Amino acid sequence: MPELKRTPLFDRHLALGARMVPFAGYEMPVFYDGLISEHKAVRSDSGAFDASHMGLLEVDGPGAHEGLQRLLSNDLDRIRPGHAQYELMTNEQGGIVDDLIVYRRGAESYLVIVNASNRESDVRWLSERLPTGASLRDVSDDHALIAVQGPGALARLGLEPAPTFTFAEVELFGVSCTCARTGYTGEAGCELICAAENAGKLWDGILAAGVVPCGLGARDTLRLEACLPLHGQDITPETDPISAGLGWACALAKEFTGVDRLRAISAEGPALRLVAFVMDHPGIPRQGMPIVPDCKVTSGTHSPMLDMGIGMGYAPARKIEPWSMLTIDVRGRPLWAKVVPKPIYTSSRNYTDTQGEWLRRGRY
Amino acid sequence: MAATESYPVNLKYHREHDWARIEGGEAVFGITWKAQDMLGELVFFQPPVVGSTVAKDGVYGEVESVKAVSDLVAPLSGKVIAFNEKVQSEPESINADPYGEGWLVRVQLSDPGEAEALLDVEAYKQLLVEE
Repeated sequence: MPELKRTPLFDRHLALGARMVPFAGYEMPVFYDGLISEHKAVRSDSGAFDASHMGLLEVDGPGAHEGLQRLLSNDLDRIRPGHAQYELMTNEQGGIVDDLIVYRRGAESYLVIVNASNRESDVRWLSERLPTGASLRDVSDDHALIAVQGPGALARLGLEPAPTFTFAEVELFGVSCTCARTGYTGEAGCELICAAENAGKLWDGILAAGVVPCGLGARDTLRLEACLPLHGQDITPETDPISAGLGWACALAKEFTGVDRLRAISAEGPALRLVAFVMDHPGIPRQGMPIVPDCKVTSGTHSPMLDMGIGMGYAPARKIEPWSMLTIDVRGRPLWAKVVPKPIYTSSRNYTDTQGEWLRRGRY
Repeated sequence: MAATESYPVNLKYHREHDWARIEGGEAVFGITWKAQDMLGELVFFQPPVVGSTVAKDGVYGEVESVKAVSDLVAPLSGKVIAFNEKVQSEPESINADPYGEGWLVRVQLSDPGEAEALLDVEAYKQLLVEE
């Protein structure tokens, strides 16, 4: 087994008594005191996540903008410096190579944050396709990324509210960092990027402000309640953004890799769609379980907020209306689940918000 | 709240981290401190049907944490006469008190002699060290 890498906060995790697990080549905390209490801290107030395993790529120089515009699904002409955008990076078949966020720093300057598991393949993909004038640098190892998430997160850090998908340079607890209003929990908050050597100081300041340290376990349950897809499970090179419900992040009027195929899928309507569901019976759906007869659960867990099984998976188009029933084979037990509107749960919205409206319209 | 690590001397242990407390011709089954610690906070208990039979070393139910599923392995053979309904509604009782409030099933033993093949507390602790 190759040596696991450590983030700049490794010693902090051990000191906090974290349970460490291998993830994407890193030794990462899965929980500190307990996944459920960490999850609830983020929904009710604030939690801090070490996300330093994520890939940070800098793309600069002449042609950087045009190059990314041809490789990524969303329209980069719609964002100014200081703004961020969610993107799919697609292959010729419209399959999803990765999902990522670009942060526009200047006319020809971007920071690109990619999934840890795809970091090396993304660097290869981009460097083979960007124009020669543009430079690509993997700066992941020089930086730490700390996500502070929850309705109370910004107040705990003394930060003013700002629109989501914007970012600015700030000084926090004596540390210079880039503060982005992005995240992976469905809550308000920010992601802080700082030099690796300052990570401990920033982390200590955040925890001293009363933010609860949270592990990868809560990160996964939070993102699934919020119905944010995970690359490698809910979206893959074999699935396309339209079927995954990510058409909003695809500027089909512009030219980018795989756009022809995506236009066709959009025009025809996808055969399968990524739906969110909640279990109607006690039981926890897990990745890979059959959605009877021939689909599969792509992500499943126990929802700490709803105290029941929840998940996402691809279902036939006739089954995608909210309150349609699915049958999930939970290790030989066929259990009912109902399709629900996304998100399943965040502190500001949950699937029951629109239930009355749907039932009145008779669309169940 | 998680319990502190312990392995009572009056129990018999199965190498799959299940325990049995033998009471005359009956036994109570549960999972050990080590098992609940490896799984993390438990959120689901799928009990067997009362009246069904369980075989030694066979699977009689499941427990799940947020992240993981684990089969429950019967340390002894017999007929299920009760399961812990409180654990079904509050699976976290297993973490809080794995040998008390967190018991799982009560079984009428069909072959009490099978207990001789189980581990005593010292042998089980030795197994934990070796693992």
